[in-house]
This record gives sequence, C-alpha cells and structure tokens, in this order.
Amino acid sequence: MSATRLIPLFVAVPLAGVFFILLAGRKIRSFPEAVSILVTLLLFILSIYSLWVAHTRQVLVHFAGGWRPPAGILLVEDGLTAFMLVTVHVVACCIALYSVSYVRKYSSPWKFYALFLMTLSGMNGILVTGDLFNLFVFLEVASLSACALVAFGTERQELEAAFKYGVMNTLGAAFVLLAIAFLYACCSTLNMADMAGIIATKKNSAAIPFAAVLLIMGFGLKAALVPFHAWLPDAHPSAPAPISAMLSGLIIKCLGIYTLFRVLFCVIGVTPEIKSVLLLLGVLSMGVGAFGAVGQTDLKRLFAYSSLSQIGFIVFGIALGTPLGIMGGLLHLFNHSIGKSLLFLTSGSVDYALGTRDMRKMGGLYERMPVTGASGFVGAMSIAGVPPFGGFWSKLLIIFAAVQAGYIGYAVWATLAGVLTLGYLVKAIKQVFFGPLPEACRNVTEVPLPMQFAMGILAILCAGGGLLLVPGLREVFIRHASDILLNGAVYARLVGGS
Amino acid sequence: MVYLLCIALFCVGLYGVVRKRNVIKIIVGLIICEYASNLLFILVGYRMHGRAPVLGPDVSFENMVDPLPQAMVLTTIAIGVATTLLLVALAIRLYEKYGTFDITQIKDLKG
Repeated sequence: MSATRLIPLFVAVPLAGVFFILLAGRKIRSFPEAVSILVTLLLFILSIYSLWVAHTRQVLVHFAGGWRPPAGILLVEDGLTAFMLVTVHVVACCIALYSVSYVRKYSSPWKFYALFLMTLSGMNGILVTGDLFNLFVFLEVASLSACALVAFGTERQELEAAFKYGVMNTLGAAFVLLAIAFLYACCSTLNMADMAGIIATKKNSAAIPFAAVLLIMGFGLKAALVPFHAWLPDAHPSAPAPISAMLSGLIIKCLGIYTLFRVLFCVIGVTPEIKSVLLLLGVLSMGVGAFGAVGQTDLKRLFAYSSLSQIGFIVFGIALGTPLGIMGGLLHLFNHSIGKSLLFLTSGSVDYALGTRDMRKMGGLYERMPVTGASGFVGAMSIAGVPPFGGFWSKLLIIFAAVQAGYIGYAVWATLAGVLTLGYLVKAIKQVFFGPLPEACRNVTEVPLPMQFAMGILAILCAGGGLLLVPGLREVFIRHASDILLNGAVYARLVGGS
Repeated sequence: MVYLLCIALFCVGLYGVVRKRNVIKIIVGLIICEYASNLLFILVGYRMHGRAPVLGPDVSFENMVDPLPQAMVLTTIAIGVATTLLLVALAIRLYEKYGTFDITQIKDLKG
C-alpha cells in the first residue's frame, strides 16, 4: 500500500473510534479506554512512519475521493504536517493512558473518550488538509468538541468557562469564515496551493491584506494571542486534567499557531507589516502571560497563564522568519507541548490525590508522591528553560535569532520574560512539592500506575528535548518543517507539481 | 456596495456579542455574525439574472451562478446549528446553576 493512502487514516481512524465508542461504550466496561489507547497508539506509529516518508519524499498528496484539484479536496502531508502529527500523537498517547484512571471519577466516561477522539480527529484534519474551507470545517469539529470537554464537569465554574470558550471560539471561526469568503472572491479557488499561486500574481489587491487581518484575528482568538486571550485562563483550568493538558499542549497550537503560520506564510505570503504585527503580538503575549502567572494561587491557573507566555515565545520565534528563529519556534512548540501537558497532568494528579488546586494548602508532597513530584519538577524546569532540559535550547535559539535579526529590545524583553518564568515556576514547584508537609496531607498516596506511567514517559521526553538538535535527528525531525515555513512559495510548487 | 452591507451586518452581530449582557442575546449576536458571513459567501457566487447551477444534457454553462459557495454555505449552516445548540445547552445549564442570564453576575472565575 502506498504511503499516500495512509493520509486519510489520520482523520478516519479516530472517527471510527468515536463511532464504536458511541455504539458499545455504555454497555461494555473498559471498552472506551481500550479503543482510545489503541487508536492513539496506532496513529502514533503512523505519524512516525509519515515523518520518515516526509523526510525521504518531501511531500505527499492524496486526492480525496479521486477528484483532481482544483475542484477536489487535497490531503497534503509535508514536513510541517509530519512534525505536528508526531507532536500531537506523542501527547495524545500519554493523555489516553492517563485518562484511564483519572476519568473514573466522572459519571459517564465513555462520553469523555468519544469527545476526546473527536477532538483528535478534528486536529488531524486541520493538519492534513490542503483546502481552506475544509480547514474551517475541521477547526469547528475540534473546537466544538473541545468546548464540550471543558464543560464536562458541569459545575458552576466549568459551565462559565465553557460558555466563554464557546463564544470566543465561534467568533474566531466567524472571522476566519469571512476571510475565506474574501479570499474566495479574489482567487475563485479554495485549494491552498492553487490560491498561493494566484495571490502571488495579484500583488495590489486590497482584499488580501484585509483577509490577512481577519485571519490574524480569527486564528489569534483560537491561539489566545494577547489581545484575544481572555478565555484561556478560565477555560484551561476548568477542564478535566487530561483535557487541560490537551488544550494547552495541542489544541491552541493546532487550531491557532499551525493554521496561522500555514495560511499566512504558505498561502498569503508574509509581508513586513504582517511580520511586525505578529512579532508585537508574540512579545505582548510573553509579557502579559508571565506577569499574570506571578500572582496566582491556583496551580492550574498559573500553568494556564504560563501557556500564554510560552505561546508568545513560539509566535515570536516563528514570526522572526529567519532559519534560526523558525527552528527555535518549532522546537519550542514541541517542548512546550510535552512540558505543559506534563505539568497539567501533574497538577491533575495533585488534584486527584488532594482534592484541591490551591497551592497554599500544599507542601512537601514530594515525599508522599515521588513520581508526580519528580515529573512535575522536570516539566517545570523544561518550561522555565533550565540548561540540560529541552526548553532551554529552544528559548536560547529564539533569543539568539532575535539578536541576529537585529531586534535587540525584543530579545532583552524575551530574556526578562524567561527569567520571570523561571521565578514563578520555581516558586510553584517549591510550594507544592517541597517544604513542610501540612497536617491535612499526611495520608496522601501516590496516584494509580497508568497515571504515573504517562507522566514518566512525558518527563523523559522533556528531559531529552534538547537532543532533537543533534545533527542526524535534526534533519529528520525539524529541518523539513522549518524549510516549509522559511520559504512559503515552496508549498505551492511542491503540492501543485505532484 | 452589497459587500459593505454584509460587513455592516457582521459588525451588528459583533456589537451584540461585545455589548449585550444577556447570555441569549450574545448567542443571537453570534448567529448574526455567522449569517453575515454566509450572506457574503452567497453574494460572492451570485450573478445578475443567473440561473440555477443544474447541469443537464441540453443545458449550456452560460450565465450560471457559482455552485461552490452554495455548497459551502450549506455546510456552514449545519456547523452553525451545532454551535448554537451547544451554546444554548450551556446557557440552560448556566441558568440552572446561577439562576440568571446576566453575564455580569456569572463571574466565579477571576484574576
């Protein structure tokens, strides 16, 4: 079977999983768990294979239903897609494993797994599609099911957060739809490669910059870039822990950052104005997120603000547009996916064991929960950018790239935000895991084995994140992805030519 | 000109989302936003005195409206219904918990 035929599986397999869970999940015990673990594992293996294929053959194009472009819908898999697919499925595997024990406390876990796989299918759809309207459809699939997952607890706070999230997401989608209407009016095509070719010949149309602004607003709302960030600190802590991990680790990146850079860099083509806007948004997010996180007492809320700040780093790095900046940004995307999912899983474990997320009631948990403590420590150090861990290397690359591109002021600001990150994470970890053990926490025990195992895998990946820069690995993993973003016009040529 | 009116309609919806305090009115604002984009899509594909895009053995391609936006708008309407359904369901649950539709009184989460 040729590798091209495997591309639709990324969307179809999770959807089939949803179907079977809805069919039999209520009747058969532990069937939904088994299905979701199997599906994510299968897709993880497929994504590793696709990474190898993208390395050897650069780009794969599948014509959905056999219809040829520009009329038919394309499924495209290039370096960037393969990189994102691997990131998504590493984390999704661990989350599926972690959920086995965690979700037992809710009344109908099978609905949780169905929604989880639905979100996964939507994200994969966004990553593989080569059609702009198709991208919008998958965007809605993913964000609707994510919104339902935020409300999964159906308590006061969860519902409030889900409502905010739902309204913001729908508004973002409306902006994106408006932008797609304008682009369609200009180009009479929805195929992204085709559109890129047409836009390149029409330089002086006023509708295209307007569409770009609408897209920045729409995708910015999904990625929680700073002026559009208000929903994130509410929605991410309110969701069940595995879903917080997925929201922070994957959804804002697939729905926001990937789409933003795919459309702006590969289709519309980046202009100096767009670039300076993106740089400014990135820098603002870094600062607001870091300052917001300092004063938090709720563990998950602190991590959510930290996500905001790290998203700023990623957008800033990629928007620099230099090879070093893009590589740093993508590597930080990977490291942050792993590290922040790990931190949300550890905070979920603490919540599971103690029943509270208030950091003031914790302390000294390391001696009662060594695995959770150790993995939380590794995750925090990686996000904070302490030398041997993954996050250090990516932040270093981003700051170097900023200096190299001549943005000294932004580089200083990024360094300050990095120091602030170290400050609040060290404070949080010290307050939760070290220091005297309060009387109320004497009888705490370590969380069940699957949860420990999931956190352990992520912690090892976190510690080894810097190894991806080793020559050999770098070529396979990250070079093709950064090449695509570095020279957006390549995309149209590769996809159009095959 | 017609396109500008579509944008104006979108802005009406946006005003509803941003300024209104009632949860239901916010949802209605979102629906207006969605419909404005749908309308724009249809108008982009429309031709003056165009015919329905149905291809038969004795029909020529001349003067047909563009069928692609119509297909897309059908999809968007289906998505819009799903979104509205979810948001209204959330609004009902919010009312059960808080006893009000006023967004300024639904504020457990802060900071």
